[in-house]
Amino acid sequence: MAEIVIRNLRKEFGAFTAVKGSSFTIRDGEFFMLLGPSGCGKTTTLRMIAGLELPTSGEILIDGEDVSQKPASQRDIAMVFQMFALYPHMNVRKNIAYPLVSQGVPKAEVQKKVAEVARILRIDHMLDKPVGGLSGGDRQRVALGRAIVRNPKAFMMDEPLGALDAEFREIMAEELRALHDRMHATTVYVTHDQLEAMQMGDKIVVMNHGVVEQFGTPQDIYDHPATLFVADFIGSPSMNFLQFEGTAAPGATTVTLGETLIALPRLEEPATGKLVLGVRPEHLALSDAAPYRGRIEATEYLGTTQIVTLATPHGPAKARTPAGLPAKVGDTVGLTLDARTLTLFDATTGRAIRTAANAGVPHG
Amino acid sequence: MAEVTLSGLTKAYGTTLALHDVTLTIPDGAFVVLLGPTGAGKTTTLRLIAGLDAPTKGDIRIGGASVINDTPAQRDVAMVFQQYSLYPHLTVRDNLAFPLRSPIIAMPEPQIAKRVQDVADVLRIPHKLDNKATALSGGEMQRVSIGRALVRNPRIYLMDEPLSSLDAKLRADLRIELKRIHHDLKATFLYVTHDQIEAMTMATHVGVLDRGKLVQFGTPRQIYEEPVSTYVASRLGQPHINLLPADAFGPSPAGAAQIGLRPEHIFQGEGQPATVRRVEHLGDQTRLHLALGPHQIITLSDAHTPLRPGDTLPIRPQNPLWFDASGNRL
Repeated sequence: MAEIVIRNLRKEFGAFTAVKGSSFTIRDGEFFMLLGPSGCGKTTTLRMIAGLELPTSGEILIDGEDVSQKPASQRDIAMVFQMFALYPHMNVRKNIAYPLVSQGVPKAEVQKKVAEVARILRIDHMLDKPVGGLSGGDRQRVALGRAIVRNPKAFMMDEPLGALDAEFREIMAEELRALHDRMHATTVYVTHDQLEAMQMGDKIVVMNHGVVEQFGTPQDIYDHPATLFVADFIGSPSMNFLQFEGTAAPGATTVTLGETLIALPRLEEPATGKLVLGVRPEHLALSDAAPYRGRIEATEYLGTTQIVTLATPHGPAKARTPAGLPAKVGDTVGLTLDARTLTLFDATTGRAIRTAANAGVPHG
Repeated sequence: MAEVTLSGLTKAYGTTLALHDVTLTIPDGAFVVLLGPTGAGKTTTLRLIAGLDAPTKGDIRIGGASVINDTPAQRDVAMVFQQYSLYPHLTVRDNLAFPLRSPIIAMPEPQIAKRVQDVADVLRIPHKLDNKATALSGGEMQRVSIGRALVRNPRIYLMDEPLSSLDAKLRADLRIELKRIHHDLKATFLYVTHDQIEAMTMATHVGVLDRGKLVQFGTPRQIYEEPVSTYVASRLGQPHINLLPADAFGPSPAGAAQIGLRPEHIFQGEGQPATVRRVEHLGDQTRLHLALGPHQIITLSDAHTPLRPGDTLPIRPQNPLWFDASGNRL
């Protein structure tokens, strides 16, 4: 069990900077997600924590001790990869026992630990089976068992579910999270799948081009994105961006979109020039009376809800509405925006303007 | 464009029945999606219609006439595959024109130029026509490969998971594009996928396949609201339908073995006390993992619910679905 503190961590590969000065803290027992598109530096960050890469500069503290220049073997961290490699000639029991046997742990203790891990993972009935005949999920469980059995300070997982199909992935995600809830081991998990990050994580770091864009709980990041990148990356469909030009002073509680006054949380800093009003699909409602108008371009039935695609004077937008609500392609409808949930961005810097709603949320 | 009818269609590979007695009508102008997990027989169905494989039994009629003895070319169908395969040394224009220059069609060049231009407009890639195929993004390449099917104006379009290799945002865009193209062309589409969102959002009709059998055929709304079995009910809906023993909440109708509860079938605030195990904030919605005695239930709540693990939440069923011992709907 361990707390991991990352301070000004930087990694250069020749002229290319993969990670540009990240800082965040992973609390003891947290399920911590490193999220971002490919090439954002998330895997490099994970590998530096594990000791598979040495940072160019910065500190990695595990339980207060700087390990940034120590080899992986001295960090007591277990790594779980997307492509789980098992020893094909050994049965499940021997695969799980291997890390202990190679450390010279006494046989009786090995047996005890393997049995315990198998029980936690609910694979105790297959300990004597060869790994060759196992399903993908069971193989992944065995790979996890091999990581858990060492009882390391922390687990590093690099897209461990990436190779699985959608349905099975969801089952394994739930299983992994339930396992974490039983063991409470500090876990750092890399993914590019925002839903996976939201679903499993206690905290999320969103990275882009080697920079930490935002760090916080899933709901805070969703509700109060710090940048346009985060707003777009998190959520499906993602946040709608209504582009406009305007000026608003601190204390303002409205902006003017075309000819319509739109209420939003009270601004705490000025906003001027090219601006973007961000509204989540579920906060955009169709209402006949509303003065702000859009044309329905498409509707998509999703069972409980439907997604309505609209053309507005300030760009395309999607609304998530109850499935029963009538919405006909081609119709022009009024749109209301839920004032408390709106985020205003500076289009040039991509940064969210500070308001009464997002003021308390830590930024990247 | 044409109606396509499958009757008693069966395909065996050795002793394995890949497709078992499938009877189905794809109405002219419909967008039919076949939904099922890997191995359900989706791709086999497409290959039989395209003429790439011969059925063991049964008949396929396109526009009223049996095509069972026709070659793939004679059937006049177009297929789009999951992996887009374009000619890398040709431009987008030449890739699109390629099918029309085949000796069977041998369309005059001015006519080809016009059709290619029309299709490029439909796909919104007219400005890319002179690009090399390799200079396109993944989404553009898949659009070109769909375009190569469109130029031919075949009687039916067969699509085998054309969006599955694209990332989530692009998939969402192309779902709407495909629906628009289908609408604009008034074409007949048969589309197979294991992605329930694609089935729900694009289809006029959904056929659900289970190990080679067609188990239900209807509109997306019918399949979601009136599933014939637990299997079909589990195909659609996120989070998945909760299936519990019929008596989990007390008395149940005669013959019921299981109660099926989608989130909208679970009323919160009254009924039996359930314990909150986990609260999952997905942003727009929050998933509650509940324990009701020995049973696990997943349902939805308001995004900013104050509920925490360990809290008690009374719940009761509300218009649930009932299933018998073999999983069929009562």
